[in-house]
Amino acid sequence: MMAIREQFSKTKNFNLISLGLMGVGLLSIIILFITHGASGDHRMQARFWASLLQNSVYFLLVTNAAMFFIAATTLAWGGWQVSFRRVSEAISSCVPVLSITTGIILLAIVLSDNHTIYHWTDTEHVKHDKILLHKAGFLNKGFFIVWTIITLVGWNLLGAKLRQLSRKIDDRPLDNAGAKKYIWDNTVWAAIFIVFFSLTVMSSIPWLWLMSIDAHWYSTMYSWYTFASSFVAGIALITIFVIYLKNLGYLEFTNEEHLHDLGKFMFAFSVFWTYLWFSQFMLIWYANIPEETTYFEPRVEGAWNGIFWLTVIINFLAPLLILMSRGAKRNYGTLTFMCILILFGHWMDFYQMVFPGPMKDPETSVSHVPMMLADLGIGLGFVGLIMFFTARALANAPLIAKNHPFLKESLIHHT
Amino acid sequence: MSVKKFIVTSFDDEEILFPAIRQVRKSGYKIHDVYTPFPIHGLDKAMGLRDTSLHTAGFVYAIMGTATALAFMTWIFTTDWPMNIGGKPHFALPAWIPITFELTVLFSAVGMVLTFCYLCQLAPFVKKDHFRLRSTDDLFVMAIECTTKTNEEQAIAFLAQLGGKDITVEMKETEWWLGRYDKDDRHTLIKTEPEIIH
Repeated sequence: MMAIREQFSKTKNFNLISLGLMGVGLLSIIILFITHGASGDHRMQARFWASLLQNSVYFLLVTNAAMFFIAATTLAWGGWQVSFRRVSEAISSCVPVLSITTGIILLAIVLSDNHTIYHWTDTEHVKHDKILLHKAGFLNKGFFIVWTIITLVGWNLLGAKLRQLSRKIDDRPLDNAGAKKYIWDNTVWAAIFIVFFSLTVMSSIPWLWLMSIDAHWYSTMYSWYTFASSFVAGIALITIFVIYLKNLGYLEFTNEEHLHDLGKFMFAFSVFWTYLWFSQFMLIWYANIPEETTYFEPRVEGAWNGIFWLTVIINFLAPLLILMSRGAKRNYGTLTFMCILILFGHWMDFYQMVFPGPMKDPETSVSHVPMMLADLGIGLGFVGLIMFFTARALANAPLIAKNHPFLKESLIHHT
Repeated sequence: MSVKKFIVTSFDDEEILFPAIRQVRKSGYKIHDVYTPFPIHGLDKAMGLRDTSLHTAGFVYAIMGTATALAFMTWIFTTDWPMNIGGKPHFALPAWIPITFELTVLFSAVGMVLTFCYLCQLAPFVKKDHFRLRSTDDLFVMAIECTTKTNEEQAIAFLAQLGGKDITVEMKETEWWLGRYDKDDRHTLIKTEPEIIH
């Protein structure tokens, strides 16, 4: 085996940028708190908490999707991702800190006496609300809190287990029997992760955390759609880190063949996201039942119109047309641009999922778009946080899982 | 119809084939084609073939499908036979997206298959010359096109040194023509013994 640089070390600039971005985030939180959060008005406060909710949930789901990528490829007995799997493991090691942040924010919103975001938490109101009364078995504080905590703890424990399995063989080459057992162990734990993941991200969690903002409305497709968003953004995040490390001269075994496949993932799951987005939209548009159209009313016909269609352009048309050709998927520049665009596009998508509800004027039922600067700032803060913790995790472990039984498959990978 | 002169040789193994291709290209011979019993990764790169344009053709067919579907439905529902369906607007774009998608896929898939067959000169009732039938079984066959500058004896010696077997010089038809394999008895096809000119 040729000499490789196994050990990543953070550059000074990277540290400065990540700390700077975290500073921007903190400053945005403080400013938004002063202008909105500290106000006595419930709707002003809700605008502050909605921003924290949107950003923390989005970035938590995106980093957790990195571990889903590992679990899914492991379960499929894929070999091509082994040469850069440490990158997605490193991204997923942001999950603990982001889960704590998200957990605190969610609990604070649910337990407060401000019911603007989750109006099903208002027990007095629910008594007279027939629809919410029927949903009370699912939408109640007790279930929300218990299931949220179980979910966050589960993601962390299973993610830590899969990362630990990967690190375990770093200084211990495997013989044939050991390799078989290792693959089997990985497969079993990846399967457990995916079952838990599908019970949470792919079904109940987006219903609880995001869909219950518009508590009268429901869509069974919502969770799949949220998962598709977070997964394609997660792939974009992995790709961006792979390209960054390649530019620094690390990851010698990862080449444009692997990048090509990551590009295919981004392309395919952008289309998958659109498929779910459209299926949810078209059925509701066709049936035209007032109970269902309430969700799209502010988004398609109200003030959110521009943002709503912008997300379709960024998340569907741009990846479809730009990532379609083979050359684009093998080009560092194009891929970097598309990764940033997709991460931003799905951030916007989460934005229009969360905000129209809390921004609705209860008297006129008209929702308006807030000034997004502070939200973008908080988003950048989370980006800085992810950069910081991912780079720290990258520096903690060798960049290549060199004893992984499928490494050879990754080295000779060819699309 | 264009009959050309080729030097044809077989190799036993792709591990002999790849260095041979490199050497043959380096020496300036013009490789007409290489026939293998199974697809081999990287053979196109070794032979210096350009990327196929099939996917560009596929994109064009797909756009044609999209345009056909949208134009046809728009004409029917807004001009030719407007109908009130559930109070929806006549130009009901969301309802048409699934059909547009299907036609896009259909046009691009069918178009690409037909284009692929044309590029490979495959069609019913159409015949093609084969260099060595055993390239469909276990041999790796390389055909070098002779130009006016090709010194055949030198080329044969060169190929033999690279591990080529059964080296022959043959006249072959390169195009396809109408005919049937079981009826047409054109001499080039069924013969197991290649016609040796040199």
